[in-house]
This record gives sequence, structure tokens and C-alpha cells, in this order.
Amino acid sequence: MSSVPISQPPTRAQRITNIVFQKTCYGFAWLSIVLVAFIVLRIASAALPAMREYGLGFLTGTTWDPNEGTYSILPEMWGTIYSSLLALIIGTAFGVAVAIFLSEGYVGDFIFNTLKIFNLHFHKVWGKLPERAEQLLRNLIELLAAIPSVVYGLWGLFVVIPAIRPAAGWLHAELGWFPLFGTDLAGPGMLPAVLVLSIMILPTITAISRNSLTAVPSRLRMAAYGLGATRWETVLAVILPTALRGIFGGVVLAFGRALGETMALAMLVGNANKISVSLFSPANTLAALLANSFPEARPKDVGVLMYAALVLLAITLVVNIAGAAILQRASGEHDGART
Amino acid sequence: MQIFSRRPVLFLPIAAILLSSCGGTAKPDAAAPQVKLQGAGASFPAPLYSKWFKSYSSTHNNVQIDYQSIGSGGGVKSFIDKTVDFGASDAAMKPEDIARVEGGVQLLPMTAGSVVLTYNLDGVTDLKLSRKAYSGIFLGKIKNWNDPLIAAANPGAKLPNSPINVVVRADSSGTTFVFTQHLSAISEEFKKSPGTNNMPNWPIGTKSKGNEGVTASIKTTPGAIGYIEYGYAKNLNMAMATLENKAGKFIAPTIAAGQASLAATEMPENFIAWNPDPDVADGYPIVTYTWLLCYKQYADKEKLAVLEDLLNYTLTEGQKDSEALGYIPLPAPVVEKVKAALQNIKAL
Repeated sequence: MSSVPISQPPTRAQRITNIVFQKTCYGFAWLSIVLVAFIVLRIASAALPAMREYGLGFLTGTTWDPNEGTYSILPEMWGTIYSSLLALIIGTAFGVAVAIFLSEGYVGDFIFNTLKIFNLHFHKVWGKLPERAEQLLRNLIELLAAIPSVVYGLWGLFVVIPAIRPAAGWLHAELGWFPLFGTDLAGPGMLPAVLVLSIMILPTITAISRNSLTAVPSRLRMAAYGLGATRWETVLAVILPTALRGIFGGVVLAFGRALGETMALAMLVGNANKISVSLFSPANTLAALLANSFPEARPKDVGVLMYAALVLLAITLVVNIAGAAILQRASGEHDGART
Repeated sequence: MQIFSRRPVLFLPIAAILLSSCGGTAKPDAAAPQVKLQGAGASFPAPLYSKWFKSYSSTHNNVQIDYQSIGSGGGVKSFIDKTVDFGASDAAMKPEDIARVEGGVQLLPMTAGSVVLTYNLDGVTDLKLSRKAYSGIFLGKIKNWNDPLIAAANPGAKLPNSPINVVVRADSSGTTFVFTQHLSAISEEFKKSPGTNNMPNWPIGTKSKGNEGVTASIKTTPGAIGYIEYGYAKNLNMAMATLENKAGKFIAPTIAAGQASLAATEMPENFIAWNPDPDVADGYPIVTYTWLLCYKQYADKEKLAVLEDLLNYTLTEGQKDSEALGYIPLPAPVVEKVKAALQNIKAL
């Protein structure tokens, strides 16, 4: 039996496998692009009659009245963007905070120091506790993503709305002159929708932010400590800016999710065609409008709804492109901090 | 998603092959052939229909009946596309839709129900609303619970000085159709705008999805009022308002009051009977029939036989189940008429 040489040209079979694998990947990659294009085309072609009939007035009017045959979606566009932005602000604040908390070892250190008191910190079982606790928290946050939308909606109806009603009533009574609190919270409305939505996008922001925070090279951290920076200064001035690009990516992704979220919003937002900056006023979103109208839509309505779907698609696209562009610009400034 | 496959036509040939093959081969067998009926439509009578179909299947081992409660609009659509054996609708069927079905359509009223106003007011157990009051509330003109128009009909009741939170359906629904049809009949202003529709442009209110959404909103919102189906309200023990009818009497929503209104409703040949404002002294003002949509011609004889037997069962035994579930049993003369109309459904 001859010994196998260390190097040898690939066999025919290997070469064929390689080519087949390459082409398959290539094919699938294109397939997904074609699929997206196909979806857009189908929606656009179904929307075409409505686009011809209603034109741009569809985007600027404020009434949706099937009886009169007037359809326009400005309130829905406003509600979609307003609710997503508000949810994004809350979700980002909490999400990034949670990510810092989980990635900078706050939990681990605390448990480690507690164990130290009992001299258990290098114990066979107890010594693993800090790491396990962090893992548990991480999984718990990510578990939020696994809760079905309709459950969030029901939770919002039966828990969130009654819980925020007293505070909302007080804010409206005392600070009613401030536009954000301009109306009374009747029941479903913008604020409950935004609160639930921000919890729904939390896992996306946290997971991606945490990944980019842990990816910051440890020597940067060590260098900052070595220069005499406190932990606080290190996190704010060194680690966060370095991880900014990744965090921003997560935020854009979460924004996309918030724009398209349907079921929970259809249940919580109040579905009223109103444009109001008040947090307590009922509003409507494009996705909720689609979910509510499609099941019983007549053939003529379908075109109008497809037009609305196309607008939603366009908004999502614009947000993603804008996000990518900002990302591109922001990344230039902080690349110096990378290794 | 069903929305994007707007080509049920594609499946027709396949369905036809399947149907014809099963009808053709089963016959020579001594054993009873398996028959499967597929229906879809209104969600309002769905609990009653499921009960009927379940108890019918339990005594007929060879029959399987599927009913999907996808809403009246969806039911009519599937029925026109012929993807089902029968449809169901709360809003009957429009003449132009009927014209689109080759061979003809037989509408059959199956049961009836009331639409009630439920509310959430601490300490007010028996709210009476005059016609002016409740049409005004849903027009957004009466904004406060202690409005004189409400107070006048409720002497002694502790009506709070708080805003009325109106809750309406967000999704397209037969219940909304019936309710807005009634409001249009009693208020000229409502008729002009928003008018009768499955999903009208309400001037006020927060909107919730489905009967369950409206119910949840009312339960959790003090000072809320909204419309839902009687059976739904009864099962959940919701407070129901007593409404003034055309005769000027205040009538609480009960099965008997609903039946009184139905008895006064003229039943035309095509069974599409609306009575948006019944003129009966003891009748509850908002009642409606709900219909099963059948083709006048069925290609499959076995299916036809089962369907006729099933309909006979629902018109006799089945009517006894109605009341327990909060539906109004059909008046006896209507049952006779519907039974006679079964003759119109024939084999191809």
C-alpha cells in the first residue's frame, strides 16, 4: 500500500462537488433576490389600477371611507412611522443598557463578589454561577422574541392598558397643554402600542448590541483602564463608540421589525384614522389597516390595499437604505478605534 | 397567505378530478361512501354551525363537514370561486355577486341573532338608551355619560360625568353591517355619513379587532360602550343596554324579544329579508338572519344527498340548539318555507 502524499491535486469527484456546491449557492442566492423582486412586482401589478385611480392623493388625504370610495392613507403612514420611532427610542435606550449590563460583566462580578464572601468563588459548582447567570439572563431576553405577536396583543389589552390608565389620566389632567398628553387615554391607543412594540423589538437590539460590545477587542478596554479611565468612562468613551456600528445595525433592523409589526398593533393601536401627536390618542398603522381589511376585502378594495402594502414596503426600504447610508458615514469616524 | 394566491381557478381542475374520482369509484362498494363537505364564511353563526355539524357527523359516520369561519366577505368570495361546497354570510349576497355564480344560488336563512350594546359603567346595571341617545353616541354627538338625553331615560341612575368611550369593530364585519344598517334606518344623519357598511368611516371611537377585541376593550375601559353579538355578550355576562324600539318601548335584548321582531319580518321568495327597524311593540330593534349559501346545482349526487339531509336536520333538530347558544330559532313559517326551498337544489 503506497503512502498518501501530503499534497495531491483534487480528484475529479472533489472538483465536481466543489463546482456543484458553488453553483447551488449561487443559484439560491439569486433565487432569494428573484423572490423579493417577484413579490414586489406582484404587489405592484395588483396595486396598479388603484395607483392610476387615486394617484398621489392616496398619500396625502386623510379619509378612508369605503362607502364613498375615498381611500387615502396619510394617518396610517403617520401612525406607522410615529409608533415605530417612539418604540425605537424606548427600545434602544433599554436594549443598549441591557446589552452593556450583560456584556460588561456586571452580573458576573456581583455574583463573583458575593460568592467570595463565602469563599466559594472557585468552587467546582458554585464557581460556574456567574457565567451561568449571565447566560440565563441573555436567554431570557432572547426568549422575548419567541412570544407570539397575538399574545403580546392580549397582554397589552388586559395588562398594559389598565396599568397605564391612572398615570395617563393624571398626565392628561395636569399637563394637558403639552401636545404629547393632549387627549385622554380611552383604551387602545398610541402609548400602549408603543410600549408593547418596544418590548417586542428589545431582543433584536439587545442581541445585536451585545454581540458587537463583546466583539470590542479587550486590549482597548485594558488600555483605557491603564490610562486611568474609570469603568464608566471606559464604557461610554471607548467601548460604546467602537461598537456603535453594530449597535446601529441592530437598531435599523429593529426599526424594520417595528414598521411591519401587525397583530399586536392591530389589537392595541385603536385603529382610528387620526393624525395626532398625543400619546394617548388612538391611531392606525399601515400593517394594522391591511390586517383588518384584507379578510373581507372586495376585489376592488384589494387593489387599494395592495397600494397601501406597496407604500409600507417603500417606507421600510427607505428606512433601511437611510440606515445603511448613515452606517457607512458613521463607520468612517470610529474605525480608528478598531484594531 | 391566502391574499396572494388570487387564482383559485388553478385548483379547480385538480379539485374536479378528485371529486369525480371519489364519486365514481365509491358507488359500487357496499360500504357507505365517505362524503366530505367543505364550507366557509360568517363567523357570527360559527359556534352554532360547528355544534350542528359535529352532532350530525357523530350520527353519520361517513360524513365529514368542515366549516371555516373566515368572515362573510371571505365566505362569499370562496363560494363564487367554487372552492367550497357551501358558503355562509351575515350580509346575504349582493345581486351582482349572485349573477356571477353559474347555475344559480339558493340562499337559506339558518338562524338569527341580535346585536346588543354592551357598556362598562360602575354602578349602572340597567342602562336604557333612547333612539336619539344611542344614534347620537355613535355619531359622536353625545360625548358625556350624564348627557340630558341619556339621563332622561334613566331616572335615578348614577350616570358619571365622564366621557363616553365608543368602541367599534376595526375589521370588516357582518355585525357592523347590521348595526350600521339599523342606525341608518333610525337616523337620517347617520345614513348620510358614515352610512351602512361592513367597515364604515366611523366619526368617533377606538376600533378593536373582532368580537373578542371589542369585548376586551369594553371590559378594560371605564365608560366604554360598543356593539357585539347577543350570544357573545350573554356568554361573557356583559351588561347589555335596553334599547328603545320603533314603537317607543324600551326592550331588553332577549331571545323572545328578538323572535317577536323576526316574526314581523316579511320573508321574500329569495329569502333576503332585512328589517333594519322592526315595527313591533315588544320586538328588540336590531335583529338579523344569517344565511347559508348553496349552489342550485351540484355535480356530485352523494354530496347533494348529504347536504339536503344535513339541512333538514339543522331546520328541525338543529333549531333546538339555537337558544342555548344565544341565537334566535327561526320562526315556524320560515322553517316551512326554507324546507320547501330545498327542492330548488338539484343534481346537475
